[in-house]
Order: sequence, then structure tokens, then C-alpha cells
Amino acid sequence: MDPVISARGVVRTFGETRAVDGLDLEIPTGSVTVLLGPNGAGKTTVVRLLTGALAPDAGEISVFGITPSGPDGAEVRRRCGVVPARPALYDRLDGYDNLRYAGELFAVDADVLPDRIEQAATRFGIADALSKRVGGYSTGMRARLALARAVLHEPDLLLLDEPTAGLDPESARTVLGLIDELAEQGKAVVMCTHLLLEAEGLADKVVVLDHGATLVAGSPAELTAEYWPGTRVVLEAEEPALLDGAADLPYVRGYSRNGVATVDLATVDSVPDLVDALVGAGARLTRVEPQTPTLEQLYFEIRGRS
Amino acid sequence: MSRTRTPSRAWTIARTDLRQLRQARDFWMPLVIIASLFFVVIPGFLLLILTRVSNVELAQQLSDVVGALPTKIQEHVHGDSGPVQASYALAVYLFAPLAIVVPLTVSSAVGANTIIGERERGSGEFLAHSPASEREIYLGKLLAALIPGYLTAFIGFAMYSLVVNLLVGPKVGGWFFPTANWWWLMLWVLPPFIMLALAMILAISARVSSAAAAQQSSALVTLPLILIAYSVASGSMFEGSIVAIVIGGLAWIGAALALVRASRTVRRERLLGMGA
Repeated sequence: MDPVISARGVVRTFGETRAVDGLDLEIPTGSVTVLLGPNGAGKTTVVRLLTGALAPDAGEISVFGITPSGPDGAEVRRRCGVVPARPALYDRLDGYDNLRYAGELFAVDADVLPDRIEQAATRFGIADALSKRVGGYSTGMRARLALARAVLHEPDLLLLDEPTAGLDPESARTVLGLIDELAEQGKAVVMCTHLLLEAEGLADKVVVLDHGATLVAGSPAELTAEYWPGTRVVLEAEEPALLDGAADLPYVRGYSRNGVATVDLATVDSVPDLVDALVGAGARLTRVEPQTPTLEQLYFEIRGRS
Repeated sequence: MSRTRTPSRAWTIARTDLRQLRQARDFWMPLVIIASLFFVVIPGFLLLILTRVSNVELAQQLSDVVGALPTKIQEHVHGDSGPVQASYALAVYLFAPLAIVVPLTVSSAVGANTIIGERERGSGEFLAHSPASEREIYLGKLLAALIPGYLTAFIGFAMYSLVVNLLVGPKVGGWFFPTANWWWLMLWVLPPFIMLALAMILAISARVSSAAAAQQSSALVTLPLILIAYSVASGSMFEGSIVAIVIGGLAWIGAALALVRASRTVRRERLLGMGA
């Protein structure tokens, strides 16, 4: 299947700064891709390049098979929903007029637009506030309105730039729920974040950006296999000191004890041998837990190696 | 099956900008006050005084003033006394420039904020990611600044006509305003001058880095234009319809060229605050 987004060697500079520097990206349809990177990694610029809001200085970008900054770029933008880092709302207008404006710009049929507005507002819990001026909305309500606006025209690709920054937990959960829902509907979602916890469990693909270039890309499983080979096991025992004997075992790659003991093994097959050895040494084990690395652990491992 | 037509994107942008403007009372109220002053209060006050002059010496002085006007104008001035003739001349000839200056001021104030305003409020990001083309965005912004200016001109013109006819009309045998030259001024000369000013102001608004800078630069650009417009309005009134037609025609050509050129200054990256 053709990817929704394909980027090769994309470069974008602002004066002396190379905000995006040789970006390669391939994003399949019906997937959630998380762009990870510290502030200044080029995530926002990537979103702007993908909709054609900015044109690349070099390289090629294709979204739905169209060059976003080219003459047919309007078609790309019509099929994209964007939630920018700042909600970019019209404070003097009420919520309804903000949504109506978006609906009309994105060519939603005028016959169905009022229903769509009502559905979107209800979905994000702002139906009661639609008649109020947006200038008086709380941060959470503004984020919800921006989300409602982004999905009003039923986009095929949703681009979210730090969508949960500054949000209360309930609003943040709404955002993550939306991402799940859209992915289930077969839409493609790209989310930029530097909050690793919120990407955890959502991402089908993780792209780690650094200084505008793709540091590494792959599914969490692929990245784990590449950057987290072996198995990590967390152990607890009635007498923790007895666990220290694990450090001398030939198949143990690493050992540390700080409250709980953490043992790195070459393969998961060594876990029974480890347990046997410790029990044989007199340890009464209360916890044996092989661990999958968190995205955060993976991220720092990747960054550390780069 | 009935299908409601979706409005064009340019009109959608213009209508939304106008809706925001309507909400910004603190912005439009001073403009309404200026328009009222120039179209109603000042002319009304002066004409009221002039039409009620009873002092013989002052009446003679006013007759002398009318006598100093070009012969062509004197031939068209109505009224049987110096004060009435002076008020007629004032109403028909000397206030004409206001019809251009006031709407130019209103359009400039609105236009200067329009693109830089999107950028400062952060809403330019939404517009940059929208399917609206750069030309549609430009056209929408142009309409949003043009409509208030032109609306001010016509409402002001209507009110001015009422004031003039009510105060001077009874003295010269009935309602006489607007004259043919005024129609030429309002329908043929005024629109291209507003567009010319807006072309420059929108180009500035797309380039500068703050609304304050846009206002300052717009004032610098529109001031000479206002002076030219002032002369043109006076000239077309004094010299007659042919002059108004020729000047208006030249202004239309200039406006068309300026608008095409200015349309290139609105670019998506400028809505994002880059390339300013």
C-alpha cells in the first residue's frame, strides 16, 4: 500500500538555522506515528512542511501522492486536519463561528455543516460553550475547540503538534482518545511530542528527530530489538543481599540493586537458569518480572548512542 | 434535492474578518466618531451658521468670497444672497475631499491590522494550513478592509446629503444634492483610490513584524495618497465630469496594477510569522 506521507532528504532553513536537515519519513495509512524530539528538533517545521504551509528548500515531500507546496497543495490541506501547538483560534468570535469558519474553508457542505458542528462540539464536551466568545475559554476548552475544528471536515490525515501541552488530565485523555479512535477508523495520525509517556502505547511507529533529521524510525518492537537487545529482569527477595550473587553468573550482562535488583540477560531463555541459581543459593524470591523497555528508556538509549 | 451553496473561500475569509470587526467595538467606535464629525457634525455646524447670517457686512464678505471662486463654479452656484451662495459652494465644492479622506482613513485602519493581526493572534497558523489559496486569502482580506471603507463612504454620503438638503435646500428652492459631479466622485473616483491605498497597506501588513509597525507604515504611505486624493476630489468638482472620468480611469489602472503586485506579498510562511 502506498504511504500517506513520503519524504526524502528534506531540508528547510531559516536564515543560518537548518530547522530540518535531510529528513526522511514514510508513514503508512491507518497508523499512529509519533515524532519524538526535544524542543527545537524541528517537529513543528515538519508539520508545516507536510501541509505545504512551508515549502522545503531541498528534497521531496509527497502527501496522498501530491506535493503539498505544489500547485495541487490545496487538495492536501483539504484532507488534513491540523492541531497546532497554539490553538490558533479567533478570540473575538464565539465557538460556533470558529467552527463554521473552518467548515466553510474546508468546503464542508453547507447542508451538513450545522450537524457536523454540533456533533464535533458534543464529542469534545464544548457544546454548551459554543455561543460564548472564545476569548473567555479556558486552556482546556480552547484545546478541545481546536480538536473539534481539526476533525470537522473528517480529514484523512490528522497532524497534532504537542496536542496535550498545558492541558489538564481530562483534556489530555480526550486527545489521546481521539487519536485511538481515528486510527481505528483507518486514518493516519502524526503526533509531535516531547512527552514520552503520552506516546507510550499509542505509537505504531516512532520517529526520533534530532536537529531536524531522522535519528531513527521504526515500530516500538523494532526499536526495542535494535536498541534494547536482551532481557531485563526485576527481582525482589526476602533477603535482598542474596540477589547480589547474580552478578557473578556467566549469562548475566549487568547487575544493579537499588531497592529492587535489576539484571540484564542476553536472552529471555536465561531467566529460568537465573531463578534456579538464586533459589539454589538460598534466596526466597518474591518477584521475578521480565521487563519491556518504556518508550522513555528507549528514547534515552537512542539519544545516548547518537 | 436542495443543496445549499458553499460560499467562496475569499468571501468566507472576508465575512469572518468583518464579523470580528463588528465585535471589536473599541476599534470601530473611534472611526464612527471621525466619520460622523466629518460628514455630519462639522458640515452641519458650518452650514447652519452660514445660512443664518443676518449681519450685512458679513453677508457682503461672503459674497466677495463666492466672487473669488472660478467663473465656472460661480455659474453653478445657486442662491440669492452671499451667505446662501457661500453655503451652497461649501456644500457642493469644498467638502468633496472629505468623501475620499474619511473612507481612506477607515480602510487604512482596518487593512493595516488584517494580515499582521492574524500573525500576532496566532490564527495565521490555521489559515496557513487551510486549503484557501494565497490569492483567496489576499482577496478575502482586501474585501474585509474595502467594505467598511466604502460602507462608511456611502452612509456618510447619504447623511451628508440629508444635512445639506435640509439646511441649504430650502434657501435655493428645494433639494439639490447630490450633484452629477458628486455621483462621479463616489462611484468612479473613490473606489480606485481606496483600492490603491489598500494594495499598499496590505503589502505592508504582510511584511512588517507587528501591528504597531503596520499602523505607522500605513500612515506614512497613505498620507501622500490622501493629499493626492484631496486634490483630485477638489479638481474633479471644480473642473467637471470629464476631469473626474479621466482621473478616475487613471486611478483604476493604477489600482489594478498595485493590487496585482500586492497579491504576491501574501504568502503562507508570512502568516506563520516568517519571511516578514
